[in-house]
Amino acid sequence: MGLSFDEARHLLSRAGFGGTPDEIRSLMTSDRQGAVTQLLTMPGNKAVTPPPAWIHRLPPLPKLRKFWTERERKAFHEQLKMQGHALKAWWYRELVTTRHPLLERMTLFWHNHFTSSLHKVRWPAFLYQQNVLLRLYALGSFRTLLQAIAKNPAMLLYLDTQTNRREHPNENFARELFELFTLGEGHYTEEDIKQAARAFTGWHLDHQTGAFRIDLRHHDDGPKQVFGKKGHFEGDDILSLTLEQPQVARYLVGKLWREFVSDQPDPVTVSRLADSLRREHYEIAGVVKELFLTAEFWAPENRGVLIKSPVELIVGTTRLFHLPLDEATPHIAYGRRLGQDLFDPPNVKGWPGGLRWITTSTLLDRTQLLQRAIRGHETGHPHGMAGMTQAQGATWMATEPLDVVQATLLPLAPAQPLTAGQERGQAVHHCVVDPVYQLK
Amino acid sequence: MTTSGIHRRALLQAALALPFLWLRPAWPSQLRAEDRTAPPPGSRHRERMLLLIELHGGNDGLNTVIPYDDPAYYRARPQLAIPRDQVRQLTPKVGLHPALSPLMSLWDAKELAWIQGVGYPKPNRSHFRSIEIWDTASDSEEVLEKGWLSALFEQYPLPGGFSAEGILLGKGDAGPLGGDKTRTIALNDPAQFFHQAGTVTPVSVPTPNRALAHILEVRREISQAATDLQGRMQQVPPLPIDFPSHKFGKQLEVAARLIAAKVPVAVIKVTHGSFDTHAGQLNAHHRLLEELAQGLLAFRAAMVQQGLWRDVLVMTYSEFGRRVGENASHGTDHGTAAPHVLMGGRVRGGLYGTSPSLTDLAAGDLKHTLDYRSVYATVIEPWWGLPAVVFRSGRYPAVDCLTSWGGA
Repeated sequence: MGLSFDEARHLLSRAGFGGTPDEIRSLMTSDRQGAVTQLLTMPGNKAVTPPPAWIHRLPPLPKLRKFWTERERKAFHEQLKMQGHALKAWWYRELVTTRHPLLERMTLFWHNHFTSSLHKVRWPAFLYQQNVLLRLYALGSFRTLLQAIAKNPAMLLYLDTQTNRREHPNENFARELFELFTLGEGHYTEEDIKQAARAFTGWHLDHQTGAFRIDLRHHDDGPKQVFGKKGHFEGDDILSLTLEQPQVARYLVGKLWREFVSDQPDPVTVSRLADSLRREHYEIAGVVKELFLTAEFWAPENRGVLIKSPVELIVGTTRLFHLPLDEATPHIAYGRRLGQDLFDPPNVKGWPGGLRWITTSTLLDRTQLLQRAIRGHETGHPHGMAGMTQAQGATWMATEPLDVVQATLLPLAPAQPLTAGQERGQAVHHCVVDPVYQLK
Repeated sequence: MTTSGIHRRALLQAALALPFLWLRPAWPSQLRAEDRTAPPPGSRHRERMLLLIELHGGNDGLNTVIPYDDPAYYRARPQLAIPRDQVRQLTPKVGLHPALSPLMSLWDAKELAWIQGVGYPKPNRSHFRSIEIWDTASDSEEVLEKGWLSALFEQYPLPGGFSAEGILLGKGDAGPLGGDKTRTIALNDPAQFFHQAGTVTPVSVPTPNRALAHILEVRREISQAATDLQGRMQQVPPLPIDFPSHKFGKQLEVAARLIAAKVPVAVIKVTHGSFDTHAGQLNAHHRLLEELAQGLLAFRAAMVQQGLWRDVLVMTYSEFGRRVGENASHGTDHGTAAPHVLMGGRVRGGLYGTSPSLTDLAAGDLKHTLDYRSVYATVIEPWWGLPAVVFRSGRYPAVDCLTSWGGA
């Protein structure tokens, strides 16, 4: 049986950034299985937006930087700032134009899981490379992704693996590996962290080549005990030992559930999906598909119960109304103000999300963003919607029946009902500034 | 899974199921004897303000209040120790980081109390977990949902005239004010806030949808707060004090303006950081402490000028201190106990508690000498004049660092 309009809308808003009436209707010819398979079918796992020119450059060596003048230092900071901006603009362009929104949603998911920030890493090219890696395995093998991220330049710098040496182990990476990347708090001991940190000593980024290296002079190859097992463990052994813990799959599925289904994971279903994730060797596409096919995903009581993240709100609105992108400067600025500055999560735990996206301050900023967008403020069309539909081609707002427009914009009935006889422009404005527009 | 692991999780679940139990009132019979000097509940001191300063990221206590007379300090920190001749001496044993020099005038005026060795048993070294412990006043191994101030205000609600429990400035979250029933206003730029609030109309629709209910509630708070704050702030002339232009200074300037306008809230929270100095600590920490000291000095001047310095208590807190030994990145990793500040016109300045030993360590970390809940008890009992609360693991005595009621 084909999906209803509301079901297709729900799937597009949860597995992507929402859709126009045409995009919603095109899914209605498939059943759930078919529609989910369609969203998961993609020709590749690379971004199509051309990257900035500097993505392969290496940062200047510290021994050279020592001799810089104040002026050179300033110029360097300016360069970093501009590149950081260009990097964010690059991702926004991909988010807004992608034909495979689920790939980007999963890349965002991993960006918020294996966090790194420009603020700490500083060299934008490393963050670009990490983003490419996250997308490459976004729907691939979590095992491969974990192994690669542990050696990823941005991560080596972000969690101080770079300076983790036998003489003075730095526990930052080992701690977050267990606490945030794989197991969750309460499923390891402080001693596990201390021992695991030793296995990652000597791991670093070679500044000459930009490649991962293990410096044996600083590596501790002595016996270690982690999760009750003893051995001369190396870093990769720690990752393998970690992946043997059944808790990893439960932790990941729980997190995926909160991202895509609701803020209250069902323990029985989570457990079933976790078993299957382990059985399928941590293949992410499989578990994402299963998640989208659970009864809970489709349950009416789980519709419109998640708050759109700032990036979902900004990207979704841009796509829906065909807003111009240009240099993405307003997108970047609003992302920051609404609390989600791409490539700059607040800390290693990532953006807390959920209800916390909405505070007295961010709700006002969200409303301002939407009012400007709908007035055509940022689009340079002072005539509002008429100008916007003409210039941008988002004609569906004017041509579709009112009930379809409302059902496209809102996952539930508006908190403030539409009044009869509203002009179409007013009705669209009414829906977009309604609290329900913040939900997905 | 070990037995203790199972036990621990069972404990966590039990704690989650009973989020309210921990803050039950103390036994009246115990209270009567101890609190003879304290005013009765529903006290007349609720107008007193608490300014919370979160030192986000875990401040290095050892390089804040420095045990400069202890050779062990210099042994543990060959790269990071502050040379003895640069330390601003408070006593023959401890002194302040030189970047805190602006605070020496407050120290000399006896308005600055340093509470030493603040921490909790079984310290957790995760940022998120440890700040959650501090925010909710929980034991190390129990998970509580609600901020300690939220729980307090639920038990002892503010009088009717208050428009919100707290105002949040800067980037930090609600922290100790976190909880469904607590009204907090995030306010970075007041002028912008008032303008934008005018565009939000409150609607009230009952709904089982928690996300929608949350948004509707936030809208209601915005409307109410904007009406109230705007009226008050319009009546107060600008402060004649220059605040430093960094982010922390600006937060304190807004805080001072709000207090000058007698905005009816109990708590203002500001955030300063990041103190997570794993690498290259010397410069970063110097800047952070300097900004802290400059900001506090300007804030104090503004409060004195307004005649409100005796109505404000400033309190710092942070998820943990840092390791005694430095790491190879010229930084320090997550540690345990650290000193904190209580400051204000009613504070009896000085050094309180005991500086933790640098030789009697627990796995390379300081052993705390004062439970952080004693600092909270100081806010609850002598500052606000509320009855003592019994935390889950017992009662913690207030620090005796405020001037007595008689001197009020």
